[in-house]
Amino acid sequence: MTGQTLYDKLWESHVVFNRHDGSTLLYIDRHILHEVTSPQAFEGLRLAGRRPWRLDTNIATPDHNISTDPGERKAGVEGIPDETSRIQVKALDDNCNEFGIKEFKMNDMGQGIVHVMGPELGVTMPGMTVVCGDSHTATHGALGCLAHGIGTSEVEHVLASQCLVTKKMKNMRVTVNGKLGFGVTPKDVILAIIGKIGTAGGTGHAIEFSGDVFADMSVEGRMTVCNMAIEAGARVGLVAVDEKTIDYVKGRRYVPKGKLFDTASSYWRSLVSDEGAQFDKEVLMSANEIAPQVSWGTSPEMVAEVSGRIPKMSSMTTPSEREGLRHALEYMGLEEGQKITSIMVDRVFIGSCTNSRIEDLRAAAEVVKGRKRAETVKQVLVVPGSQIVKSQAETEGLHSVFVDAGMEWREPGCSMCLAMNDDKLGAGEHCASTSNRNFEGRQGSGGRTHLMSPAMAAAAAITGRIVDVRTFSGNSR
Amino acid sequence: MIEPFTRHRGLVGPMDRANVDTDMIIPKQFLKSIKKTGFGLNLFDELRYLEQGHQDLNLKERETNPDFPLNNERYIGSTILLTRENFGCGSSREHAPWALKDYGFRAIIASSFADIFYNNCFKNGLLPIILNRDVVDQLFKQLYSEVGFSISIDLYLQKVFLDNGCYFTFQIDEFYKNCLLEGLDEIDVTLRNKEAITRYEIERRKLHPWIFGAIG
Repeated sequence: MTGQTLYDKLWESHVVFNRHDGSTLLYIDRHILHEVTSPQAFEGLRLAGRRPWRLDTNIATPDHNISTDPGERKAGVEGIPDETSRIQVKALDDNCNEFGIKEFKMNDMGQGIVHVMGPELGVTMPGMTVVCGDSHTATHGALGCLAHGIGTSEVEHVLASQCLVTKKMKNMRVTVNGKLGFGVTPKDVILAIIGKIGTAGGTGHAIEFSGDVFADMSVEGRMTVCNMAIEAGARVGLVAVDEKTIDYVKGRRYVPKGKLFDTASSYWRSLVSDEGAQFDKEVLMSANEIAPQVSWGTSPEMVAEVSGRIPKMSSMTTPSEREGLRHALEYMGLEEGQKITSIMVDRVFIGSCTNSRIEDLRAAAEVVKGRKRAETVKQVLVVPGSQIVKSQAETEGLHSVFVDAGMEWREPGCSMCLAMNDDKLGAGEHCASTSNRNFEGRQGSGGRTHLMSPAMAAAAAITGRIVDVRTFSGNSR
Repeated sequence: MIEPFTRHRGLVGPMDRANVDTDMIIPKQFLKSIKKTGFGLNLFDELRYLEQGHQDLNLKERETNPDFPLNNERYIGSTILLTRENFGCGSSREHAPWALKDYGFRAIIASSFADIFYNNCFKNGLLPIILNRDVVDQLFKQLYSEVGFSISIDLYLQKVFLDNGCYFTFQIDEFYKNCLLEGLDEIDVTLRNKEAITRYEIERRKLHPWIFGAIG
């Protein structure tokens, strides 16, 4: 018998039973809820007269649709000026009250972006199945748990039965060996992978990230990588458990202590792919081929090295690729063959479930320290991923670094990653963004997103254009 | 209970782009609603209307974009959307299938779909059909050349029929097929297995007790 992959192990340990039609009833250990994709699910429960199957598995917090403006947040839920937003945030509070679900409310310590809050509180642990009505649930796979996004009908299904009816995915492994160069971060690694395999490269698969680069990477860095597995088409991203994982989870709020922790961690250490395990698809990359990345187009696969150029029409092989490039260039207001470092930015966003953890803020602050935002940059938003990240950053004085540089230090939330609230781009504006999607209109109607790492976004904020953080030493003044 | 899908005949409308993401299908400003209905008015909002849309805008006063194909008279009333690869990528928002269904679509034909969107369709009586790229190209050609181009879909037979006698077979998992054919309440079906779930839970509690009881 050949060995099992990590995904096989996680899957197998959660099978309630296999159904005759080829699907599986899969048990779910953790269910995270937020205000945007849950109200219709709660309404469904109410209409059918159902109650949640288990309470001690669900945890909720508002993140997508709340203001990050400190003044507005202080006014509380009742003070949310937009009526539809107020109703939605209130609906989460009311539903959690009614059904008895633990919620970190908008201004509670503990509140944060679902995928920052989960790991940081130990809500998610290795070996679990984790779902949430959000595609970036893949993030939690960095801890060696099986985590993926679901739709609202499935949110209702999990609430009612603690199970999902689902089909097993295929196994895919992306191995990156070697050592990353100076200034190359986890964000650059995942953007380079997406650039290589494409936005549908992982469709139907669970991707395990393996090799020296991920072994050397911090657990927060692994979260950045797994977070964007969905941008490569894969619902699931995974990194095997190692001592870094165990150290990361130890002592967190909902993680067992003492003897139970020892029992748990000895099980967690088995959560690696066996030697000889077979993958349906394998991709091999070398760390030294990865430079800082910047997206120039309207799909996350449209990336280039910061020192590179936007591709030319003549390098496209199919009519559909040419059409895609033409469309993207027109929307982005850029020229084929243009140098990436010639792109000027109007706004900068440092935040999102991809890059709003303490290490991200430290990396950005290191670049910003003692410098000022370029005068041509209208706004730089720095949005910590959670109340705990915010408090830690303030203890370290990072907020002063940003504020002194003319940047805005905000309250935790999804903010300009999806621009449901007031944090958004104007039409035609270019944004250096640490978020995960550069779709048309994603950050505001007509807005133009350039995905990059926190250090690169910080450097762009200082110079007013996209700049290579490896050679960056400049000041705008 | 979802609306079952068995056979359907309808007018085909084009969305001639690859990688149509769910932000494009239903932009975020419309996700503030706590209902499941009414999203059809804002399907493809940024492409469909000339000015930027928001929740409170009176739709009757909004000027539609004459260059957006689905606004073209010949495609008004289409119930089958023809599109290209990786349709529905990005956000997991089920508001995307809600919007497509609410607009009037019953089926979507593409050369591939993103996983979460594909899965969400079946919960809402919407049939995503995967046909290979050459067939999709051919269908686009016919769609552009024939006004009123309509096709018939038979989910039992897993076939798409053209009026000229041509047909194409599509693959679909039995699990998904049954979801649509029967339009079952999946939660109800799952809850018929309460004992099995409880048995599993008891075992799991013994093996991994730390999963239980922590949150609350």
